[in-house]
Amino acid sequence: MLNDTGPLLLSLQLAAITTVILLFLGTPLAWWLANSKNRLKPALQAIVALPIVLPPTVLGFYLLVLLGPYGTIGGWWLEMTGSTLTFSFAGLVIASCVYSLPFAVQPLQSAFEVLGRRELEAARTLGARPLDAFVSVVMPMAAPGFLTASVLSFAHTLGEFGVVLMVGGNIPGETRVISIAIFDHVESMNYSAAHRLSAVLLVMAFLVLLAMYFVNRKWSRS
Amino acid sequence: MTGVGAMPGDIELRYRLRRENFSLDIAQQLPLRGITGIFGPSGSGKTTLLRCIAGLEAADDALLRVGGATWDDSAERSCLPTHRRALGYVFQEPRLFPHLDVRRNLQYGRRRAGHAVATDFDNVVELLGLGSLLGRYPADLSGGEAQRVAIGRAVLSAPQFILMDEPLAALDAGRRHEVLPFIERLHARLGIPVLYVSHSIDEICQLCDQLLVLDDGRVLANGALQDVLARTDLPALGGAEAGAVLNAVVADYDSAFDLSRLEFSGGSLLAPGCYEKSQVVRVRVRANDVSISLDETSRSSILNRLKADIVAIREDAPSTVLLKLRSGDAELQSRITRCSLRRLGLQEGDAVFAQLKSVSVRRSLD
Repeated sequence: MLNDTGPLLLSLQLAAITTVILLFLGTPLAWWLANSKNRLKPALQAIVALPIVLPPTVLGFYLLVLLGPYGTIGGWWLEMTGSTLTFSFAGLVIASCVYSLPFAVQPLQSAFEVLGRRELEAARTLGARPLDAFVSVVMPMAAPGFLTASVLSFAHTLGEFGVVLMVGGNIPGETRVISIAIFDHVESMNYSAAHRLSAVLLVMAFLVLLAMYFVNRKWSRS
Repeated sequence: MTGVGAMPGDIELRYRLRRENFSLDIAQQLPLRGITGIFGPSGSGKTTLLRCIAGLEAADDALLRVGGATWDDSAERSCLPTHRRALGYVFQEPRLFPHLDVRRNLQYGRRRAGHAVATDFDNVVELLGLGSLLGRYPADLSGGEAQRVAIGRAVLSAPQFILMDEPLAALDAGRRHEVLPFIERLHARLGIPVLYVSHSIDEICQLCDQLLVLDDGRVLANGALQDVLARTDLPALGGAEAGAVLNAVVADYDSAFDLSRLEFSGGSLLAPGCYEKSQVVRVRVRANDVSISLDETSRSSILNRLKADIVAIREDAPSTVLLKLRSGDAELQSRITRCSLRRLGLQEGDAVFAQLKSVSVRRSLD
């Protein structure tokens, strides 16, 4: 068990960082998708939703190519930092952001769509700059959407396997996340260790989702 | 009424925009004082006009000058964003911020108005009767209360004028009386100019001094309320709505019949209800409620009989005509059948008696 806390902590760290990044990137994207009448909107929506339907191995394969030392992003990263993106924690973060993007964007987008622009317009006529109006009115009003987006991104990243395997491999302390560790234990017929880790993940996922639905229910009542 | 050369105390505006099944084409001047009604049927462009003024809607061609300052000029490609326009906007729905209590809703615009805050918070709270609501959240307010908070929030943002887009439309008749008197009081006490959009001529008559009539994105009339209402060539005002507005003084009250006597330059009128003596009231007389008689003595249930001269006779519907009457300094309108016109042999310049069946007294003009 002792050497399994490493993968658990790494997974939590990866999920937390990915969630924070996705909230920053996903919010403007979701806002644009919720408000735009641009012709390109359906195309962008389809791209955002792709990770839901693609097998993680397909996504992982393309990411591997892209992030590898000869890929566009990986090559640039190698030049900038002197290290490769694949089989590194940084690479995992990028891959996770792509993989979990729809789970951040879609709840936010639907929250923004339900909200509409009414209160935002009221705030603007009351002298609030666009960003001020967004932070002081839209964000508090869309709080359930932000909570759902955070929880789903976090939980989805935590359970990620295929993409990690393709892009990150199995380097302890760097890319050996909890799902990889479980796979490893099963491979080596160490079922009791696999049981323990799986149970931890199962309970954690359940509790997080439970908390989310509980809070959202309270919010929707008030 | 499209005067050239804007006065410093005016709003000068010009908007041209085209949407799928709607276009707006307006070039007008509105006074930056009093309450200006913007009237027209739904779809006539009233809301779009307000949204353009607020900078919430982009027009193909736009010019907006407020008291001499340019807010929007598409020729110069200069356009103030909404948050930099010193205006208040009261929407049809209150649009309060549900996560803030009433006090913080009221302070939202006030905080952002910087040093320009002139209106006293406590004064506005008292005027709008919001004192007991300050700690509540929007979800716990009635429709009328919420709309009053929305009005207060707009007033407290230190606007040069306030746009009101049918603020009573979403309220039922009972709730309207929780809001309408407050709008009158607010204007009387604080003197903030208001552009008041409505499709209810009753509301307009009660509140406004100035009236802009829109139909299908175009201006049909713009001028003093009395003048515009006295015009007989405005189908947009609605056939049944044609009429006149008189300013009268309450002379006395007969408690036995619950009738008040109101005096104006053309004579006196009896109106149901009790009004404070010597109060100035606004009386709306609809053309459909005025009939014509050639002598004063006919026995009838009608109480109000005024001496009047026929100023003009206008075509109306195939069966009816509209008479424009002058009684003292006041103008009245009467809708009678073409048949009656022929039988009585009425002509322009004739002296007649105008019989007013029902008189609706509106508001004090203080």
